[in-house]
Amino acid sequence: MTNNIGILNNEPSRPIEQWLWRGLIFIAAALLIVRYFDVLDSYELSITVFTAACLAFLGQNWPGFRRHIIIVSALSFFAIQLYGDDLGIGKTNFFLSFILASQSAFMWMSALFVMATFAYFSGLLLRSPFTEKVGTVLTWSATTMGVVGLMVRWRESYLISPDVGHIPVSNLYEVFILFAVITALLYLFYERRYQTRSLGGFVLLVISASVAFQLWYTFEKQAHEIQPLVPALQSYWMKIHVPANFVGYGAFAMAAMIGVAYLFKSWRQEINPKGLLATSLPDLSIMDDLMYKAIALGFAFFTVATVLGALWAAEAWGGYWSWDPKETWALIVWLNYAAWLHMRMTKGWNGKPMAWWAIIGLFVTLFAFIGVNMFLSGLHSYGTL
Amino acid sequence: MSEKSNSPRHSLSQRLFLFLGSMDLAITLLLALAVASIIGTVLQQNQPYTDYVIKFGPFWFEVFEAAGLYDVYSALWFLAILCLLVLSTSVCVIRNTPSMLKDMFNLRTQVQEKSLRAMHHSQQWDTENNLKDSVAYVEATLDAQGFRVKQTPKDGGAVLISAMRGGMNRLGYIFTHLAIIIICLGGLLDSNLFLKFAEWQGKISIETRDIPTSEIPNESRLAVGYQAFRGSINIPEGRSAQVAFLAMKDGYLLQELPFRVEVKDFRIEHYATGQPKSFESDLVVYDDDLEKPLEQMIAVNHPLLYKGYAIYQASFSDGGTGLNLEAWPLDKQAGNETVSFDTRVFDSRKMHWGDETVQLEMTAFRPFNINPDPTDDDPERLRNFGPSFGFKIRSNTGEAKEYLNYMLPVPRNGRDFYLSGVRNSPAEEFGYLYLPLDADGELVGFQRFLSTLHDSEKIEQVAQTMMLETLESLDGKRDETLEQSLKQTLNSLVKMFMRGGFVEVSDFIETNIPETEKETLGPAYLSMLREMLARLYFMQASDVPSTEQEADAQLVFLQDAVDAIGSLSRYGSPVYLELTDYDHVEASGLQIARSPGKPIVYLGCALLIVGVFVLFYLPQRRLWIRVNEINGRVNLLLAGMSNRNPREFDQYFEKITQHLKLASGNSSK
Ligand code: HEM
Repeated sequence: MTNNIGILNNEPSRPIEQWLWRGLIFIAAALLIVRYFDVLDSYELSITVFTAACLAFLGQNWPGFRRHIIIVSALSFFAIQLYGDDLGIGKTNFFLSFILASQSAFMWMSALFVMATFAYFSGLLLRSPFTEKVGTVLTWSATTMGVVGLMVRWRESYLISPDVGHIPVSNLYEVFILFAVITALLYLFYERRYQTRSLGGFVLLVISASVAFQLWYTFEKQAHEIQPLVPALQSYWMKIHVPANFVGYGAFAMAAMIGVAYLFKSWRQEINPKGLLATSLPDLSIMDDLMYKAIALGFAFFTVATVLGALWAAEAWGGYWSWDPKETWALIVWLNYAAWLHMRMTKGWNGKPMAWWAIIGLFVTLFAFIGVNMFLSGLHSYGTL
Repeated sequence: MSEKSNSPRHSLSQRLFLFLGSMDLAITLLLALAVASIIGTVLQQNQPYTDYVIKFGPFWFEVFEAAGLYDVYSALWFLAILCLLVLSTSVCVIRNTPSMLKDMFNLRTQVQEKSLRAMHHSQQWDTENNLKDSVAYVEATLDAQGFRVKQTPKDGGAVLISAMRGGMNRLGYIFTHLAIIIICLGGLLDSNLFLKFAEWQGKISIETRDIPTSEIPNESRLAVGYQAFRGSINIPEGRSAQVAFLAMKDGYLLQELPFRVEVKDFRIEHYATGQPKSFESDLVVYDDDLEKPLEQMIAVNHPLLYKGYAIYQASFSDGGTGLNLEAWPLDKQAGNETVSFDTRVFDSRKMHWGDETVQLEMTAFRPFNINPDPTDDDPERLRNFGPSFGFKIRSNTGEAKEYLNYMLPVPRNGRDFYLSGVRNSPAEEFGYLYLPLDADGELVGFQRFLSTLHDSEKIEQVAQTMMLETLESLDGKRDETLEQSLKQTLNSLVKMFMRGGFVEVSDFIETNIPETEKETLGPAYLSMLREMLARLYFMQASDVPSTEQEADAQLVFLQDAVDAIGSLSRYGSPVYLELTDYDHVEASGLQIARSPGKPIVYLGCALLIVGVFVLFYLPQRRLWIRVNEINGRVNLLLAGMSNRNPREFDQYFEKITQHLKLASGNSSK
């Protein structure tokens, strides 16, 4: 029992830090609301309050997150100030065109994520805690650039034309960035909590894959161009449905990659218990636990997202459930993980079969995420309107 | 309970109960439902049955139909899985709820000292304090930590303090599982299961014919009631309706509404880039219950809710746009005059074509077409094609060719053409006819040339001159038979060309000319034909070119016209239809739905969300502290357990132990 305790290093921040943070968020939200009270409708007001509450909650015991939010805010503000009212400045201004314009920020994000992956794996293979730490720093930087990019892109869409402006979670390109960023944040959270940097490379692998896809998508299909919203997407449900979904996807992806690490370790342990991977990776029981945590988190958020989707569908398509392929695949994903959770909680399964199942789960999720858009037609492809 | 389940003496109903509530069944059903759902996404659902026949062939079509694969989600076997899942969950909830509820409140004051020591988390230590103080500070500490606390006196003066936090966790289980049942029941209320049942009983019959609403028989009509439905209807601007069509299998049912909906106007707004920005309809609802008609605008994502009915903007289509057309004859039998007439989209009319009568069916109209140019290699290059309209020409045998005419000329290599697409079936891509415009930008030049080519006398005349000139250039001696044969050849070359273009002429050369002469005669025939066509063209060309440029332009026009005429036989329509004016009428596609189960489903969803978070993030933690006085020393025995997050509990238990030890140490000073 006692030898597990050292693993958990989740000391709450000092109360003074907590109150400073909550105060800061409160002031920021209050300023925002006072400044824009005339133009915010009740939905926007409540979403502002909700977001502030989430930030205050997440940051109170997580210094890295506090730093992240502050840096993201500062950089985004800086970029927005530089832009002023003219999108064209993005091409001429040094900071914008090389660093902060959304496209540049995403390029930085991509590069940093790939570097972080290498750093984590090198750290693991060289048994170098310092290199692993570099991985963490790179992951934080990549995440920061990603979120800044999203923020700036949001503003850029309004600079194109006020009626084109929208939150950047509306197409496959934008949600890929969201996916990378959210998965990274989830991982960073558990990394701090479990003090296990050795899993970083595995989780970052899936992020790097999504980055690769997104780069291909940019260069091959010009997908990065900001497009106005089709009428079906002009709904406030979109703004909460999509992010909730991606917390789910991100958590499932992380669980699967931990599953991969789990299988690696148990395989190496059988062959060579003293070997590098067998000793560097966290205890099997820790990974097992993490896998459960990730899937539970994903399941909870995926439940919320699916319900939000149903509410939205009721407003847009005339029914909360239409057995549209995307909807149906969301259900399939959900049922799959429900079965996984039952297996574990009530039948007490764990270990290798559950790791395999988590990996299979990622493929099911992946199909729901991308496969449906690519191979199946339905209401989500907005074929009729 | 598990002991009992192994007993063979259970009655059948008890065994059934156990089976239904078993975890194995639950997991099997969850996965079975997942797999079954996949089928419905791979095979497109609720398509017209004829499409399925084409796709699978008659045999597999029947097999798949019997298996209900065209509407998986209301197939009997699918519903059976769903019902089993609901049943299984219900049994599970019924079985577990009593013990869970008890567990929520029960502080377990009966735990033996022995069991406390045996627990995974267990610590004990001595303290300087007396028993009463110890009990007091332990209680105060745990209370401050948010525990519910109860003390029970035990034998020998010992006190057992039982504490619990997060008892609500058990509610999480009840909520989530109850939610599944509630959602499924609500969903059932909104499904079309009752309709299927009524159809199966023969109370209603599905209409498959395309007939006016008023002629739809009673057994295909559903009266106004409380039942759920999801129907749709297209209402042209300025018109109204009091029904909705429910798609069922390969046909539909008519749902009557307690009010009348009128579409006053339908609008599409566009972004500066041309993409659609919004689809909106101005609706008026007429109902005797209303003091005055209810006017409201609806748009995508903004439905109108009235009396439990919701009216959504779902699609749009043509509402019978008025079209003023001019028919340019292309075929000799269609005469030489252009004819003007008025029609509407979705109208059809008879058209005489020689002795044959064909049916002209107007099918579509679009006011704008910003399309990729089908002739351009770069699919990104967009071009304004102007308004377009579609129509079908159906022969007596029922076969139809489909046409699509664009009304703005399209430039190609610097010249302007009218574009008309044609295809033999919806599965094909359109092939395009390019009609060249004359110097004035009209079809007149082409038309005049075409009618010259239809004029046998003129062809005769030109053949005569050309024959004479040709023979003269040879040597001048007159030979009656040669003359006749050459003239005949020239004549028939033009006729052949008019019948089937260059293809027909080549075929003729291929089949009718001896192999030895093909080499020389083939090209000779073709150049004679070209010469004839050119002579015919210049014979009728009104304006004699004054500059070289104009002369070149005429030659190019001639070439384009010859190309177009050469492909007329494949075009297949006796006339070219040109749109001179239109009166655009749109129809708004409304979806009208009633879902009485919706509030129930939403309640279930709320329960589910609350339940899931409580289940995962509100662990139930229990602590027991037995305070004992042995030989004047006060001893504390602490034990604890949690039903979730064992790792966090390790840490938590460690901390609370430290805390209590410290507190006891402090208080001893
Ligand atoms: C669609 C159907 C179902 C869903 C979505 C569902 C969902 C869940 C969830 C999310 C958990 C929590 C797992 C965890 O803590 O990791 C759970 C636990 C549980 N489920 Fe289900 N469940 C369903 C059907 C059933 C059925 C049919 C049974 C009965 C055989 C059942 C029995 C249980 C039991 C006994 C637990 C453990 C509760 C505990 O110890 O806290 N579930 N379920």
